[in-house]
Amino acid sequence: MRVPVKIAVRIPVIDSALAGKTKILLAIVIVSNSIGNVVLSYGMRAVGDISSYSPASLVSSAIAAFANPWVLLGTTLLVLFFAAHTLLLTWADLSYVLLVTSCGYALVAALGAIILDESISPLRWCGIALVSCGVALVASTPASTSEGRP
Amino acid sequence: MTAFLLMLVVGGGVVGDLLKAHGMRLQGAPPTLGPTALARFGIATIRNAWFLLALVAYAISFFGFMALLSIRDVSFAVPATALGYALETLLARLFLHEQVSLRRWAGAALVVAGVALLA
Repeated sequence: MRVPVKIAVRIPVIDSALAGKTKILLAIVIVSNSIGNVVLSYGMRAVGDISSYSPASLVSSAIAAFANPWVLLGTTLLVLFFAAHTLLLTWADLSYVLLVTSCGYALVAALGAIILDESISPLRWCGIALVSCGVALVASTPASTSEGRP
Repeated sequence: MTAFLLMLVVGGGVVGDLLKAHGMRLQGAPPTLGPTALARFGIATIRNAWFLLALVAYAISFFGFMALLSIRDVSFAVPATALGYALETLLARLFLHEQVSLRRWAGAALVVAGVALLA
């Protein structure tokens, strides 16, 4: 016997299947947002400054930007981020998603140090540590606390 | 002018998240994450009025950010971004009735401090 779908959707508390999906979607949100931003700004730097803000030159700047593969990849990742974030919020708390995904800041800073050999000041290491501890604390709270339909 | 633009950037982002979270909670999760269910979910989402309002708020935030970038370097905006985390958590508690426990508040405080140091 199959459980009617509509009943399954309206269960307000988070079940174990949703808990697994929460982890996967959080990972997609964090990675696609941070990598997407880094890739997009790399591509935009290659495209160069916007020289004029007239409508015609804005359009040609936009065309030039999307011709750049890094800009395309970055934009695709950010669209993926937005879709996953939207989906996640159908069951998870905003205060949970917002705070847990802030570890993207720490991820980008740490990746910059590891991959690009950027030097990181002790103050920034403190920032990475603080964000990581905060994320660990929030992640240990239940992902969904409000009723399904207010 | 700078303060006004900064308010648009942070406020637009926070209000957009709140509107979207409210609308998506009302809409509910798709029954599965298969292609058909996701396609149906996508169509329902773009017809969700709260979601569309959220897009307006995000657009205001985005254009405020572009305007801010054209005026000056944005590193000064970091403390406001960090405080946006605290504001959004508070508003999620007040308007979306999420239970922000002491543990979650403690985590939020660490995140705010950490982001302020990082970005």
